[in-house]
Amino acid sequence: MKKLMLKLLGGEKRQMLRISLFAIVISLIVGSVILILIGKNPFSAYGNLLQGAGLMPKRSYAGRQSMFTDFMGFLDALTPMIFASLAVAVALKGGLFNIGVSGMMLASGFLASVFVGMSGLAAPIAKPLVILIGLAAGSFVGGLIGWLKYRFNINEVVSSIMLNYTLMYIFTFFINTFYVNPISRQSEPVSDASRLTLVDVNAFGLKFNIPLAFPLAVLTAVFIKFVMDRTTTGFEIKAVGLSRRAAEYAGISIRGNIIKTMIISGALSGMAGVTYFCGYFGSIQPGVVPGMGFNAIAVALLGNSDPVGCILASFLITVISKGSIYLSSQQGVEIEIADLITAVILIFAACSEFIRRYVARAAAEKTQAKGV
Amino acid sequence: MINTMIIDGLAFALPMFIMAIGGIFSEKSGITNLAIEGLQGFGAFFGALAAVLIMQASGVDSRIPYYVSFLAAILGGMLYAMVHVWLCIKFKANQVISGVVVNILAMALTSFLTKRVNESVFSQKSNKFVLETSMKFTVPGLSKIPVLGAVFTNVYPFEVMIVVIALVTWYVMYRTPYGMHLRACGDNPHAADAAGIDVDRVRTIAVILSGGLSAVGGMSYAYSISANFSPDIYLGFGYLAIAALIFGNWSILPTLGACLLFGFARSAGQAIIQKLGMPSTYNDIVRILPYVLTLFLLIFFSKNNRAPRALGEIYDKGKR
Repeated sequence: MKKLMLKLLGGEKRQMLRISLFAIVISLIVGSVILILIGKNPFSAYGNLLQGAGLMPKRSYAGRQSMFTDFMGFLDALTPMIFASLAVAVALKGGLFNIGVSGMMLASGFLASVFVGMSGLAAPIAKPLVILIGLAAGSFVGGLIGWLKYRFNINEVVSSIMLNYTLMYIFTFFINTFYVNPISRQSEPVSDASRLTLVDVNAFGLKFNIPLAFPLAVLTAVFIKFVMDRTTTGFEIKAVGLSRRAAEYAGISIRGNIIKTMIISGALSGMAGVTYFCGYFGSIQPGVVPGMGFNAIAVALLGNSDPVGCILASFLITVISKGSIYLSSQQGVEIEIADLITAVILIFAACSEFIRRYVARAAAEKTQAKGV
Repeated sequence: MINTMIIDGLAFALPMFIMAIGGIFSEKSGITNLAIEGLQGFGAFFGALAAVLIMQASGVDSRIPYYVSFLAAILGGMLYAMVHVWLCIKFKANQVISGVVVNILAMALTSFLTKRVNESVFSQKSNKFVLETSMKFTVPGLSKIPVLGAVFTNVYPFEVMIVVIALVTWYVMYRTPYGMHLRACGDNPHAADAAGIDVDRVRTIAVILSGGLSAVGGMSYAYSISANFSPDIYLGFGYLAIAALIFGNWSILPTLGACLLFGFARSAGQAIIQKLGMPSTYNDIVRILPYVLTLFLLIFFSKNNRAPRALGEIYDKGKR
């Protein structure tokens, strides 16, 4: 067992990637055990996940739909997830735990929907404006949490959770009082001109959605990687994250960096919010804190807080969450199975540091045994 | 109006208090515990499951399931706390991350299992276990005292239970050797270790205790606010309890004060809405009161707070 672990996970090269993969494989095995226990075939269940996400052809499709339709729908759901996980990852690098992504998403999504989505602005003005409002609202909430942390020593986890619920109830009140659609019980849908997803495009004899912000999400990930690895800003954020005292001794401003980190993280959450509420969904459900903000934590941990890792992990988690609808309809499994598998992945991802140390110890034992 | 405020306020504050005590045990021993939210939910799930199963099997009067469900909840909460123990102590994971992970798993697991059990045992599609609202009692005589009498009017039995448990925990924390060891482990685990205290063992017991105590809180909410168990139990009350204990500076009595404040803020808001005859959508505005109040109070009190010194640090014998 020890030898096998050492062989698979030892060595420095891409070790974190291999450990993340290890966590995923173990979780999928645990997921299979659960599926077998409730009397389902895990292979066909996982196949259903891929089919639902448009990565494998289904047996039959409705008119003017194909695997491509599903795949574009998958990309549509993937876009906000990439932004949200980047938000968590940047904060983690800076030594902060941003559990307030959901609240920031609500703030940006709500404000953008109300001010632009329900106005009659034309697309060339409306779409950039939605993004700008998203960035502003998100970074404001993020900055507020950072400021509270620095100025008043308030744990960012507690303050973000308080803000999550506060914002959720305030927006629920406004939606239910002023913007509710009496049929769907959700907020009035945003205008097509302001929506960041082109809905039901007809081309090549097919009907599908185009998530306009998807390329932006990938570019943002590359940009964040560049900032983190190649610029002073990124270096300072990481230094503060690794050791606050050492960073202060080196003359790096703790205050500035805590707030800066939270503003960047908030801006990314804001992008997640507008691509989710004004793109993927097009309306806001009152009374609910979006679960994506919490799943993003799983994604960022799994991706080892690295932007490229975040894209890969977002891909996996979105396959599970997006595919679960099809899985549930095909197999009659509760849709919560998706959250359950995600949670198990998260548990193993939380142990990755332990696995790394375990392997390092095993390696040390081996060299010792050889040396003597 | 004052009477309903006091009655509702206490019914909300006391379950939160017991969860906060659980948090204090865990954090005083040096383990950051954001998992309270998940622990209370999982405990309530376990208790509610026991209650509906007993009601199904025997059809007895609802007294027995009521008390059994609290025992089951405590057991479930303690069992589930083992996940946090494993992650934090055995696998030395980051305690904040572990807490959040434990919460996410609790939400996923309990909503999945609730649907599953409903379908296989009761053959119905539902995401909740319906419980009855807890019975209440009024103390004759004492309840006639003006204003203060409200404390003895329409009391849920679990409120009495919580007061008794709280007294016991206070004694354990401040008057027994275990309590002293626990506080030592949170402030200076290396010194505690040198004095012959098994740090990991003390911390394990503390986290398991906090699981049981949180479960009492969760079960109380399931019996009072919602009269059922459903995923709606994850309303952030566990996090409010954490805010209360930070505000109470990690000691039991001031934390009670914080919880009472939250409880009365909440019931006062609802009373005002009712008094003014506002439409029910305005309830959402009032619901933010405990959360906003928490933030404001933390602004004023966080600066002087002194958390246990070794809180959140992974205990490593070799690092001295």
